[in-house]
Amino acid sequence: MSAAPAPAPVAVGPPLWLLLELTYRCPLHCVFCYNPTEFARTGAELATADWIRVLREARALGAVQLGLSGGEPLVREDLEELVAEAHALGFYINLITSGVGMTEPRIKALKLAGLDHIQLSFQDSTRQMNDFLSSTRTFELKEKVAALIRGHGYPMVLNVVLHRLNIDHVGEILAMAERMGAQYVELANTQYYGWAWLNRAQLLPSRAQLERAEAVTRSFRERVGNRMQIYFVVPDYFETRPKACMNGLGSVFLALAPDGTAMPCHAARMLPGLELPNVRAHGLREIWYQSAAFNRFRGEHWMKEPCRSCPERGKDFGGCRCQAYLLTGDADNADPVCELSPHHRLVTEAVAGAERAAAKPALLEQPLVFRDHRTSIPLVPGAAEPRR
Amino acid sequence: MSAPSATARPTLGAGMRLQWEPAQEAHVLLYPEGMVKLNGSAGAIMSRCDGVRTVADIVTDLERTYDLTGLAADVTAFVELALQKRWLELRA
Repeated sequence: MSAAPAPAPVAVGPPLWLLLELTYRCPLHCVFCYNPTEFARTGAELATADWIRVLREARALGAVQLGLSGGEPLVREDLEELVAEAHALGFYINLITSGVGMTEPRIKALKLAGLDHIQLSFQDSTRQMNDFLSSTRTFELKEKVAALIRGHGYPMVLNVVLHRLNIDHVGEILAMAERMGAQYVELANTQYYGWAWLNRAQLLPSRAQLERAEAVTRSFRERVGNRMQIYFVVPDYFETRPKACMNGLGSVFLALAPDGTAMPCHAARMLPGLELPNVRAHGLREIWYQSAAFNRFRGEHWMKEPCRSCPERGKDFGGCRCQAYLLTGDADNADPVCELSPHHRLVTEAVAGAERAAAKPALLEQPLVFRDHRTSIPLVPGAAEPRR
Repeated sequence: MSAPSATARPTLGAGMRLQWEPAQEAHVLLYPEGMVKLNGSAGAIMSRCDGVRTVADIVTDLERTYDLTGLAADVTAFVELALQKRWLELRA
């Protein structure tokens, strides 16, 4: 944290959304994981008592939605204890899990502790592709976990990350979701950060694939009606305006990495020059309101043209800072997803590359990199190192 | 979906939680990975939807509490909207 933190240029509300990435440990090795590619080099995980202190401080600041994620949060043996504390504090608690590690006794204990919601991820509708994409054998296990979730009175919420290798299975994926009694299905197209950025050339779908998948989703939606809510998240690269990422950095969202690094978005670790404060050394109130990192992208003072004078700057806040940095090398630039960005061709060229690659099915010019300790490397040399 | 009858007993939808948040000075409706900050009247109605009270009971209670009359149409319209959004469901 710098000696003279920048004054907050705008009125700052509470961090309503708290995401705790409890661990980077994960039994899966998904090729599209957004975790930092250098995860194996980050520091030790916070202890139970540290997480509990963080929960109390965040709740006192007004945080109310809590995401427990990772890595795979079920590998933390203190998960039930953390859920119980969060529930007593009044959080609404969402567990974001691959399901690996979920058993009958654990789901009972989590329910008893006050867990409100479970989001279960699948990698594909077929065992072969699910297991290939996660580099594991987990498909049948996930089906069992889906039954556990339903059996314990939780709404069945499925999340399937889409990309070139599975997007043509959308019809089968939705049929699988229906068989499992899913009430909510999120078809989340891969966004390109972390491991997905590394594998972008193999994962970005073609426009034709995307349009087919959207058409299949529309007709499925018409057939099932209200029984199943389906969210289809288009990849940013096919948009002409950027997303209002995190509703503006430092506005409502606060994420903590396993080692206690506080981040205004879960990918912010890669941004150079952003000295991310750590909860081991600083209180959450100080981090949220006073730290240079959390004030860095508040308001509009950091914007460059075309954002600075754009009438839409109050709507999308210039898009995603991490995407701007990964694509243009400067986090202050407009998100190049925006067609008003002078760098927009970086996005259209990537899409054109995907069109060419999709025309040669099953011929991968470079191998997919599965997320594991052996392949873990910094994505960007010299990217922001966590401060302790 | 049609308007709820005066004898319907609305209650919070499955997976929904309603609580007063001092930091936001509002009733907030929480659900999987989302939340809605309710305005004063929506909060006053929703916090009375306990599956026991009927729509008519809620109207009477609100009219007495806020010393108003003629709230039935507004309350019914809000409950109908909240049912559509699955914030509320009807207790059989």
